[in-house]
Amino acid sequence: MLENYFPVLVFILVGLAFGVAPIVMGRLIAPHRPDSEKLSPFECGFEPFEDARMKFDVRYYLLAILFIIFDLEIAFLLPWATILREIAGTESLRLFGFFEMFVFLGILVIGYIWVWKKGALDWE
Amino acid sequence: MEALLEPIASLFGAAWPAVWTLAKIVAIIAPLMIAVAYLTYFERKIIGYMQVRIGPNRVGPLGLLQPIADGVKLLLKEVLVPSATSKGLFILGPILAIAPSLAAWAVVPFWDGGVLADVDAGLLFILAITSLEVYGVIIAGWASNSKYPFLGTMRAAAQMVSYELAMGFALICVLMISASLNLSEIVRVQGQGQFADMGLGFLSWNWLPLFPMFVVYLISGIAETNRAPFDVVEGESEIVAGHMVEYSGMTFALFFLAEYANMWLVSILTSILFLGGWLSPVGFLPDGFHWLAIKTSMVVLMFLWARATFPRFRYDHIMRLGWKVFLPVTLFWVLVVAVWIMSPLSIWN
Repeated sequence: MLENYFPVLVFILVGLAFGVAPIVMGRLIAPHRPDSEKLSPFECGFEPFEDARMKFDVRYYLLAILFIIFDLEIAFLLPWATILREIAGTESLRLFGFFEMFVFLGILVIGYIWVWKKGALDWE
Repeated sequence: MEALLEPIASLFGAAWPAVWTLAKIVAIIAPLMIAVAYLTYFERKIIGYMQVRIGPNRVGPLGLLQPIADGVKLLLKEVLVPSATSKGLFILGPILAIAPSLAAWAVVPFWDGGVLADVDAGLLFILAITSLEVYGVIIAGWASNSKYPFLGTMRAAAQMVSYELAMGFALICVLMISASLNLSEIVRVQGQGQFADMGLGFLSWNWLPLFPMFVVYLISGIAETNRAPFDVVEGESEIVAGHMVEYSGMTFALFFLAEYANMWLVSILTSILFLGGWLSPVGFLPDGFHWLAIKTSMVVLMFLWARATFPRFRYDHIMRLGWKVFLPVTLFWVLVVAVWIMSPLSIWN
């Protein structure tokens, strides 16, 4: 069972190595003559000014929080979705297994409508 | 095959499983990299023809050596690490972009049984590893400490997570039907059904009962890979190249490879989840890898076609499409499919 995941682990390591190797090769093969102009941040021709890590729109935060809620929802849906056909085939579980998830989804939908009404999804 | 490998296996002794796994990984990555290189060629060629010009035609016959020339050029370019950057993170960014886009291929089935890691949580692994891709972009943009990368990163992060939701709900629908997270099993389930028995396999694939999800998945796939018309993230005419502005040489090449490898990944996943993977569309033709290759190429062609056809979306339109259109549609379709499976009309028993 667990040894099935061994190739996955190896693949991730190979993927990381595949990222490191070209950078090392590029550093070794390509010329390397940095100067202060070349190393300054790109800014369409003029001298860079102010800190680049500036204030940004709060909506990005909001969006990240909303994303986490919905992504968790998907994580909770996964096991239910996987056994749904089994639930459908088991008489004693049918109604419970079906409606339980829809209570769960219903709460999410109420939250979603509220977020929409509050304007958290607007980008104008 | 087994007997043939016996002497080599005994040569490596206990290390043999690892060596054999490595050999298989190379057998996946090498063709993938060739496919990636030639995808850039075909992209330029196809978009060229769509715009009534002929595209690259100087390097080699028909310009066929163009991707190789591009690769060599990038290799010979200086790897710059600008002075304002956070050095370690700056290098880590492209590595974190390419690693997940390759690692996801570990669970992709190419034909019946032709999969490196036949794990039961395959789809979950794909979801998890493709979510990691956003880190490469965020780290690259933040570490660059420059204005355009910063803006590009904010946009990219928000856009990628938004469309991940739509993709996630679309996958839930596929799961409900296949009742398994194993990608090979998802394909096999698509080979069953009334139409498959009649020899019209293509009508029993997931694309038909899940048609809205198929469309949502395809469009979200384009948005996830930050391709045109959803390329505000790196829109050349407004924020230069987004998170890639400060990168040069091989560090830039890694982002480029990751983007095209992701295009192939999304296409092959679309083929596996909705278009029956390696299954033959009609009963009298044999199943096999060639079908998966044809389907995947068709989906990739659609990516290129979309790029040549549509003007770039405005950012607020992209967010509205993701949050106010795709999310309700997918949620609703989860309900529809669940009721369908519960009802006596279910076609999946």
